[in-house]
Parts: sequence; C-alpha cells; structure tokens
Amino acid sequence: MRILLLFTILLCSACSSYSLKPWVKPYQRQNIADPIMSFSRDPVSATYMHHVYQAREAARGAEGGGGGGCGCN
Amino acid sequence: MAAVVTKRFALVLGILSALLAGSVLSAVLPEDRADVMYHRYDGGGVEVDGPSILLRKSIGESFSLSANYYVDSISSASIDVMATASPYTEERTEKTLAADYLHDKTIISASVTNSTENDFDARFFSFDISQDFFGDLTTLSMGYSKGEDTVGNSEDASFEEEADRQHYRLSISQILTKNMIANIAWETITDEGYLNNPYRSVRYRDSGSYTYEPELYPGTRTSNATAIKMRYYLPYRAAVHVEFRKFSDSWDVSAQNFELGYTHPFKDRWIIDVKYRRYKQTEAEFYSDLFERSEETRFRARDKELSDYTSDTFGVGVSYALDMGKVSFVDRGTVNLQIDRMSFDYKNFRDVVKGEKGGYAAGEEPLYGFSATVTRLFVSFWF
Repeated sequence: MRILLLFTILLCSACSSYSLKPWVKPYQRQNIADPIMSFSRDPVSATYMHHVYQAREAARGAEGGGGGGCGCN
Repeated sequence: MAAVVTKRFALVLGILSALLAGSVLSAVLPEDRADVMYHRYDGGGVEVDGPSILLRKSIGESFSLSANYYVDSISSASIDVMATASPYTEERTEKTLAADYLHDKTIISASVTNSTENDFDARFFSFDISQDFFGDLTTLSMGYSKGEDTVGNSEDASFEEEADRQHYRLSISQILTKNMIANIAWETITDEGYLNNPYRSVRYRDSGSYTYEPELYPGTRTSNATAIKMRYYLPYRAAVHVEFRKFSDSWDVSAQNFELGYTHPFKDRWIIDVKYRRYKQTEAEFYSDLFERSEETRFRARDKELSDYTSDTFGVGVSYALDMGKVSFVDRGTVNLQIDRMSFDYKNFRDVVKGEKGGYAAGEEPLYGFSATVTRLFVSFWF
C-alpha cells in the first residue's frame, strides 16, 4: 500500500510538473505493441490459472482480474 | 522501380506500426475474439477438468460484449477427504456476462458472474473504470466488486449459510521506456458471513490418539494485496517478465509470490513461454495441525490452505499461429498448449493417512506434500 501511495505521489508530481512531457512518443511504441509484451495475451488461460491459485492459496487479490468463489477442497 | 515500391511499402508499414503502437495504452476496446479451452488439474488425489469458452464481440465503435462459459468436473480423493470422508465427484458451472463502454480515453466495464454446484452458489458483480492520460503512457484503473455466496451441505439438506464479499481495487499501468511497461495494483477484499468449509474438521489429542471436531472460522476477514508486474522487450524479439505480490490479512496470514518468465517467438508462427513461480505463506493465527484438546481456542482451522507452506511452479507453453487464409471471417488463429508443474511443501500439516498406515503417534506423522500437473489446451480466433 505504501509503495502504491509513493508511486502515485511521484506520478502525480511528475505529471503536474511543466518540464515533464510524455517521453515515449507514439512512433516509438512498436516494441510495446508487440503481443509478446501484453500482460493478458491469453485471458482464458490466465483467468483459469488465477482460479487454480486461489483455490489452493490463502492469498488473493491484485491479480489483474475479477474472481469468483468455490468451495473446492 | 521495384526498390521505390519496396521503400513505399516499408514506409506505409512503418506508419501503420506507429499508429498501432500508439494505441498500446490509449483506450481501445478489447479485440473481437473466441477462445475454446480444455483445462485439467491433476494432483494430490484431485482431478478437475472441463471446458472454458469465451466469446467477445464489439457492437459499433463504443461497446464490446463478452460471455464466458466454464465448467469444473471434480473428482476428489484429497488428503482432507481421505482423512474424514469418502471420495466424491461434483460439477461446478460458471457463467459470466460482461460489457465494456469506450468514451474518448475512458473505458467503463461491468460484469456479472454466476457459479453453481450442488452445495455452493456464488454470484459476483464487478464494475471498473479506467482512464488514459499523460500522452497515453499512463492508465489509471479503479474497480469495485461484490460477491454473494450461498453455502450448502450435501449431507444436510437443511443447512444453508450466506457469505458476502467486497473488493476494492486500484491499478496504474505505465510505459516506462520504449521497451518496458510496468503495472502496480492494489486490492482490498472484505468477507463477512459463513467462511468455513462445512465438511472440514480439526483434530485434537484424545486418549493417546486424536479425534475430529468441526472447524470454526471467524465471521469476518479483511485482506490487502499489492502486486508489481513488469515486462521488458529484449534487444532481439523476445520478452522477460517479473511479478511480485505481497499479501496480508486479518487472520494473520502473510504471503508473497514471485514470478519470472521468458517469451520467445521463432519462425514467424511459434511462440514459446517458460516461467517459474514461487509462493510462500505463513499460517492463520487459529490454525493448528493438532489441537491439545477439544475447543482449545475460540476459532479453529486445519485447512492446509491456511497453514505455513511454500509452493513452486514451473510452466512451459507453446503457441502456433494457424494459416487462416481460406477462412474469410477470421483474421488470425492460434492453437496453444500450456503445462504447469506445481509442488506443495507443507511445514505444519501432517499426513494422517500415512500416519494411520505407518502406526505413527499423533503429531509425529510425516509432513504432507504433493505435486500437481495443470494443463490448458486451447484455440483462439480473432475476427
């Protein structure tokens, strides 16, 4: 939580600064646009793996998607 | 002449690539796609398999709708089941409907999920909003979800309990350089109601051996999770990703997981993924493998998922791009196979089945551990 707060403050400070402009131009983003850079290239498989982890681990949340419930044991 | 045409083609391709790249974090609706997957989990006496089907289609320029149908066919002879009950089979069906609305640089999303099995029903509603800014280098997302569970007991038709769950989440995605993207996410989840598993028991010392009694959990739980993910595009066409998540809850469980992965395309049509993930957690304050006496503490659990343990996962995946030249309504398609091997090493959960067979004294049984194989075989089509 503290890391997120610090990150948000830094980001807001950076964005509010007149000297700071977006430093990666649209025409420089071809590598970022490559599908291999996607956080969610296979959404069905990723959702399933989150379900596998959630059913067997106490930790939950911040996986980047919603979640359901089950009484699996 | 041919050289001029080639240069023009390269220029057009470059402009198209730049335009496409410009949409990377800028608000765009998800692509129209269909995925059909067979999934299988096999380990620790539990086999779960079934299909998952996802359809996503945009309507006009501003709306995208999606539907997911998912089934778990479960056959369980897990250590918990073998210790106190008999192996069983059951089926869980989950259906999700979702809608996304795009306005300028804002996407508003809503979804509803319904999950049913013979002794457990869950309904889940989600609402998310995301906004791009700072030259589309930054995306800020916020979300809220509410879940309502109805817990039954297949051995007692009169048993019915409720549990409510609320999720609050915030995430920021940031393009850091032309080769690196990062995401930081935070989520708080609160639970209230019947949070036990009605079939699970705890054991306590009794006359030189042990006896079981029903577990009893607190009626509330609050958890916080913070995750950081990064992907980096290497000097050649390949990517590495790292992920770290820290978790803690009001039951005194704290956990961390770390993942490192590598993605390597080759020969135009193939993509190989490999990954390693480590997960580690401490036990809940009311967990014990063996209580000293009946109702020793106010709350009691012997759920191995609330015990102290580590797990390691090694995963490999291969994706092959299909030749869709003869199918006019499909832009592209892939066939994919992903296999993960998981191992679990419990520090304070003993194998009572081995203990009974081997004549071990209560509390002296070997520690439990198991391995599982998780398989996903699926095809994806974009249209």
